[in-house]
Amino acid sequence: MEWEVVIGLELHAQLATKSKIFSGAATAFGAPPNTQACAIDLGLPGVLPVLNGEAVRMAVKFGLAIQATIARRSVFARKNYFYPDLPKGYQISQYELPIVSGGLVEIDLEEGETKTIRITRAHLEEDAGKSLHEDFHGFSGIDLNRAGTPLLEIVSEPELRSAREAVAYMKKMHSLVRYLEICDGNMEEGSFRCDANVSVRPRGNPTFGTRTELKNLNSFRFVERAINYEIDRQIDTLENDGHVVQETRLYHPDTNETRPMRGKEEANDYRYFPDPDLLPLVFDDGYVASVRRSLPELPDAKKQRFREQYGLSAYDARILTATRELADFFEATAAAAGGEAKRAANWIIGDLTGILNKSGTAIAASPVSPKMLAGMIRRIADGTISGKIAKEIFEAMCHGKGDADTIIERQGLRQVSDSETIERIIGEVIAAHPEQVAGYREGKHKLLGFFVGQVMQRSQGKANPKQVNERLKSRLNESD
Amino acid sequence: MSLTKADVIKIAHLARLAIDEDDIPVSLRDLSNILYFVEKMNAVDTTDIEPMAHPLAATQRLRPDQVTEGNQRTRFQAVAPQVEDGLYLVPKVIE
Amino acid sequence: MTHNEIPLHKKSIAALSAMLQQGTVTSVALVELFLERIHQLDPQLNSFITVIPEQALQQARAADQRIAAGTSGPLTGIPLAHKDIFCTEGIRTSCASRMLDNFIAPYDATVVNRLHAAGMIVLGKTNMDEFAMGSSNETSFYGPVRNPWDVTRVPGGSSGGSAAAVAAGLVPAATGTDTGGSIRQPAALCGITGLKPTYGRVSRYGMVAFASSLDQGGPLARTAQDVALLLGAMAGFDERDSTSVDRPVENYAQHLSGSVDGLTIGVVNEHFGEGLDSNVAARIESALREYERLGAKIRRISLPHSALSVPAYYVVAPAECSSNLARYDGVRYGYRAEGPSSLEEMYKRSRAEGFGAEVKRRIMIGTYALSAGYYDAYYLKAQKLRRLIGEDFNSAFASVDVIMGPTSPTVSFKLGEKLADPVTMYLSDIFTIAVNLAGLPAISIPAGFVDGLPVGLQIIGNYFDEARLLNVAHQYQQVTDWHEQAPPGFE
Repeated sequence: MEWEVVIGLELHAQLATKSKIFSGAATAFGAPPNTQACAIDLGLPGVLPVLNGEAVRMAVKFGLAIQATIARRSVFARKNYFYPDLPKGYQISQYELPIVSGGLVEIDLEEGETKTIRITRAHLEEDAGKSLHEDFHGFSGIDLNRAGTPLLEIVSEPELRSAREAVAYMKKMHSLVRYLEICDGNMEEGSFRCDANVSVRPRGNPTFGTRTELKNLNSFRFVERAINYEIDRQIDTLENDGHVVQETRLYHPDTNETRPMRGKEEANDYRYFPDPDLLPLVFDDGYVASVRRSLPELPDAKKQRFREQYGLSAYDARILTATRELADFFEATAAAAGGEAKRAANWIIGDLTGILNKSGTAIAASPVSPKMLAGMIRRIADGTISGKIAKEIFEAMCHGKGDADTIIERQGLRQVSDSETIERIIGEVIAAHPEQVAGYREGKHKLLGFFVGQVMQRSQGKANPKQVNERLKSRLNESD
Repeated sequence: MSLTKADVIKIAHLARLAIDEDDIPVSLRDLSNILYFVEKMNAVDTTDIEPMAHPLAATQRLRPDQVTEGNQRTRFQAVAPQVEDGLYLVPKVIE
Repeated sequence: MTHNEIPLHKKSIAALSAMLQQGTVTSVALVELFLERIHQLDPQLNSFITVIPEQALQQARAADQRIAAGTSGPLTGIPLAHKDIFCTEGIRTSCASRMLDNFIAPYDATVVNRLHAAGMIVLGKTNMDEFAMGSSNETSFYGPVRNPWDVTRVPGGSSGGSAAAVAAGLVPAATGTDTGGSIRQPAALCGITGLKPTYGRVSRYGMVAFASSLDQGGPLARTAQDVALLLGAMAGFDERDSTSVDRPVENYAQHLSGSVDGLTIGVVNEHFGEGLDSNVAARIESALREYERLGAKIRRISLPHSALSVPAYYVVAPAECSSNLARYDGVRYGYRAEGPSSLEEMYKRSRAEGFGAEVKRRIMIGTYALSAGYYDAYYLKAQKLRRLIGEDFNSAFASVDVIMGPTSPTVSFKLGEKLADPVTMYLSDIFTIAVNLAGLPAISIPAGFVDGLPVGLQIIGNYFDEARLLNVAHQYQQVTDWHEQAPPGFE
């Protein structure tokens, strides 16, 4: 039987606020346990939540960026369950009336194809703390620093049809939240997390199969592997006359498999109801308009502009707009390089990305700044250096040997373009190789390469190759 | 709506309240009486009535994004049943 | 009558304040007097959970210095007790529960802060129904409070300790909280004055939550004038409470003297039906005639959904409490059961052993009312009724200035009398509960006695109409002396 895969993702983006969503405690990552958990985060008796306006603004920004409806009235609800990392015995979330509903994004598939994925909703909620399962003589340790960190939960429609599509969607969202500067996207620190709802059904079947929810997918690679494992497992189960159990499963990267979670699982009855400590969140059109004005240029618009403004190919534009940092790097380089945008794009996509990937360095920490790269490109454009020399200079810049001009001067790499010197060297080469000259003049024009090589050698690689070519041809022909 | 013994056990579990087998009949009776009493609500047709969650028709105020709370771990953990290395300890969590 | 004949412990706050300013008494002397009365008399009543003599005396000495320096206000140096539901930094806040028997709050409630800033001296924390759930003060982990008018009877609840302590002259004033009548009903049963402000008027920050959309803190004292002084200090916007209302606080104590001539009083037909003790009804009718003599007009009105306020309340309040009390899990503070073998056992035993029977009952009712399949039939239904109950009041206030009636259907009942039957106990609050559902302000004032037991008159006002309520109450107290009566044995 042919199976169709149905995937919906729930992404959790920690919003990049300074303080928590309902308290004035800091959200910084990595503090000693429980030093950033204030009375409100700990759920001490009598304390009350007050909503962080910046978290709201960020959620609205996101909603506008995905062309969603921004609810003029949304309501916070309590999701009730007991867990040691959930101090109040409930999570403040949004349920019936979320702040954002009904958006869409376009994801990039293989071979330049795109697909539109609809977003069901995005809502504000508070993060939980962490249970540390290291063995404290049979106990677990609870750190509540993370409790109360603002989260935007982004729920997609079940429109993803493969693990690759899921990853493409997640990458798109990851890029978007970072463009919007509402989330730092740091997946290792848990700032951007993913749960996946996965099911399979016989192709053509209108109803969904039973789904499982996968957790602990904290990298793009794990998302892809876990979903693929789960698809295989479900198909295998169904093809052997078994049935898929609706459950939450944890991905174990070490063994690359998913296993049912034991602790949290039972017939969940979250008893959602409107949080009586918080009032309805209401805004007018003026507020939404003011947030709209603060939106940066978004990836799709930027991609289009790069093609038009810089004459880049669709491929180049897509790669350069993948992150806001890379796009900004490119634009800074192109501007400083005096219009040499295509050369800038080639160097960034090629050599620069190569060395950054090799060393695992982020573009923000690139050893070559846009100004340095542009300086080198200008020297290629004005003929001071050849492309071949440029590779050497780029390498040197990467190793902190200074900017292009400094390296050119220090190592004497300036391209020789003055005609007197070139004419003299050409004269010497012609004089030293009468046989080859004769051969050339008899029609062996392939010998031109030999002469170019000789000239370049005598000039220690610095002669302008284009000039050498032209002058050699002219001199070799003129004595006819 | 009359409750069953199984309902009482389920509710007690959801609310994380241990309940002795011997106490279930009394619980069942009291809870059933209360539910019977509150079902007097059904005397009024409330179709199309907007539910009221708050007494005042006010809206949520927003707080500026400022860090106002410092580290008070020592004070807060002074009332904790069991802590170690700054962590609250609980019987092992199983995932 | 002159104030000179009245012993210090029966004097009003206004009178004590004048004496402090004149230097005829010191705050230290007042504090010593009331501490001594607590020491001598409270064993009969059990109205205090915690008494803090040393801190009180230290504060009193500081108050006397401020009075001498001329930097004091009208409440400086006046003793006060807090219901043990308000968090007090460094002093146990138990909520009368085993769950919080060992809990010392690391912060003060806003109400505690404000009254401290006004210069009041805290003598201790008063007994109450556990987590404010009860109408008789019999659900306390620390044992029941007894009514000073008859120690075989209940003081009402849940602010029973506060009401009994003020009535017995153990403290001139106390704070309380009112979720379904918990200030007004014990004030009525103990023969004192107690005000539940408009929802949002007094900050809930640091007040241990029972039902967040109904809870409201307020003062209990002997007279409306004292209550006005206290409310002026307690009320006001608090940025730490999202439901706190940003609206100026009136000077209540200066708006007491207006005449009630021409006042339109609504009297609710439904309040005078089945369940109301006929002797209590007679006292209320008599109070209404007194108002008529003062020039007020009576208008009979109907609150058609009032009979459903108790059923609706016993869905809304338990639903909110089931969630509010989920934080008591034995992890970060409070009671933890001995030697649990698993996490689930820790939760279940800590909560089963830490909470009393009534609290557990309400948690279970609330859990059920919110659970899958029952939410619409219970919780949503109750929220819809709540809207209808609120609209009843809105219609009524279109034609009347205040609404008057009995605070409680009966006078104080015997200890244990209603304990075995929760529903009968719940009906004790039949006249007070609708006010909480609507979020309105209401005051209970002494209006006479039946067989030596106090009767309370409830006056309900429109939203933020506390100044009028206090004025109307004060005018009655100018022509009656019910509020000046002291229980035998506590004179």
